[in-house]
Amino acid sequence: MTFWNDPINFLAEWLRGVFMGWGMAASPANAVTDIIGIVVMILFSMGIAILLVWVERKVVARFQDRLGPNRIGPYGLFQPFADIVKLIIKEDITPDGADKLVFNMAPVISLASVILIWAVVPLASKIYGVDLNVAVLYLVAVGSFGTLSVIMAGWASNNKYALIGAFRMVATMISYEIPMVVALLIPTIIAGTMSVKGITQAQSGIWFVILSPLGLLLFLICAIAELGRSPFDLNEAESEIVAGFHIEYTGMKFGLFYAGELLHAFTFGGFMAVFFFGGYGGFFGLEKLSAFTWLSNPFIQLVVFLIKALIGYWVIMWVKYSMPRIRIDHMLLFNWKFLTPLAFVLLMMTALVDKLLAPTNFYVLGMFLSNVLFAWIVIEILRAYSKRERSVTVEPAEPVAQAAHH
Amino acid sequence: MQNQWLYIGLFLVIGVIVPIVPLLASRFLAPHKPNPIKQSTYECGIETVGESWVQFKSQYYIYALVFLVFDVETVFLFPWALALQKLAIFAVLEGILFILILLAGLTFAWRKGLLEWA
Repeated sequence: MTFWNDPINFLAEWLRGVFMGWGMAASPANAVTDIIGIVVMILFSMGIAILLVWVERKVVARFQDRLGPNRIGPYGLFQPFADIVKLIIKEDITPDGADKLVFNMAPVISLASVILIWAVVPLASKIYGVDLNVAVLYLVAVGSFGTLSVIMAGWASNNKYALIGAFRMVATMISYEIPMVVALLIPTIIAGTMSVKGITQAQSGIWFVILSPLGLLLFLICAIAELGRSPFDLNEAESEIVAGFHIEYTGMKFGLFYAGELLHAFTFGGFMAVFFFGGYGGFFGLEKLSAFTWLSNPFIQLVVFLIKALIGYWVIMWVKYSMPRIRIDHMLLFNWKFLTPLAFVLLMMTALVDKLLAPTNFYVLGMFLSNVLFAWIVIEILRAYSKRERSVTVEPAEPVAQAAHH
Repeated sequence: MQNQWLYIGLFLVIGVIVPIVPLLASRFLAPHKPNPIKQSTYECGIETVGESWVQFKSQYYIYALVFLVFDVETVFLFPWALALQKLAIFAVLEGILFILILLAGLTFAWRKGLLEWA
């Protein structure tokens, strides 16, 4: 074992040796080493969050034909640090009549819920917090804490806009949680395990996006809704309720919400990579060839994972800055009358095809073609429906400008 | 680590401490000069009228009920999905029957008009 092929265990062994050398017993030395490991993991995720502030601002600037931050440091890279200093020295205002305890707890829970997800994020085959055998369920469970923090913030602020934002968030959460769980069931079915590391390893031959492209699409839509990002950003719709649930938050408390949201989006990008794009691995068996064994190096895997996660994050940003916000009734109808039935039918189809074709040679082809066929049927149904809708719509009244000419 | 859930517990504790650190730093570094105007509820400059903690639209409650049914049932699907390859084809069809019953529930709610936002 050297630093290059197993860095985390190498450093942990070395630290353990150092602590034992100081005269510590074995079990406290192990515990201290684990705590240091956890702190490093969390600080790493915080470092990514800081970088994401810059990425997000730069990308939104490009989408809107602006330059973005470019004054502090090369390409404005140090802008987030200036932002942090500014947020820390800003006055913290608690509004009159706010429920102080809940008000102060909400931003902490918001960020902590995202940090907790990082316990199971597999950064490389040998760099991860813990390899839970129920990681998929854990991800769903911990993700709900973020929603809880939004409700707490909205309710405790004693502000009508914040309350409306929180209500909308509840509606989004309870609606999109169901197709999300179903979308997560699909990789579970294909891989036969709930451990994220196991799912990654199951994709060393073929990515799940090829076996279930519709599952990826479903997961992407639900992830965006779960994040409360545009087009589902009704919880903070600027033009209606100013900033929604975090309207009364100032200074560093706002900063925690902001960091939490960005990191959550990146984490969902990471999980898209893990569940559908092979995570840190997935080189189609290339790493088994003698010329490409370096692909199994943890550092290479870390870079591959971060690139895949950033691409997923970029797609989420792309959607956010291209789509207008939808109305709440449309959002709920889209979920309950379209996405939820679709998700369950897709689940049934995946289970059947997976069960019937797994022993045969047509597994990959069958899975892919069944998805294509399914998508085609759905599009045809939608087309027939919209045709019927169009035929019953009455002719629009004569435009006012034309009527004035008569 | 021997116990994975102990690790998660440690992660939880440290994960709560990490966001508190900048808040504490802010408490020591930031000015603190409260006054009634500054602390008033923000409503785009207009004085707020009445209570903020009001009764809300009951439609949210109905969606929550429908959600609850589905969310509990989907948890039952995880063991089925995990063991799918080891199950007999009969058990797979049983699972699909279970999903069909779920969808029948959704259709019932749909036909009853519970999913309308009105």
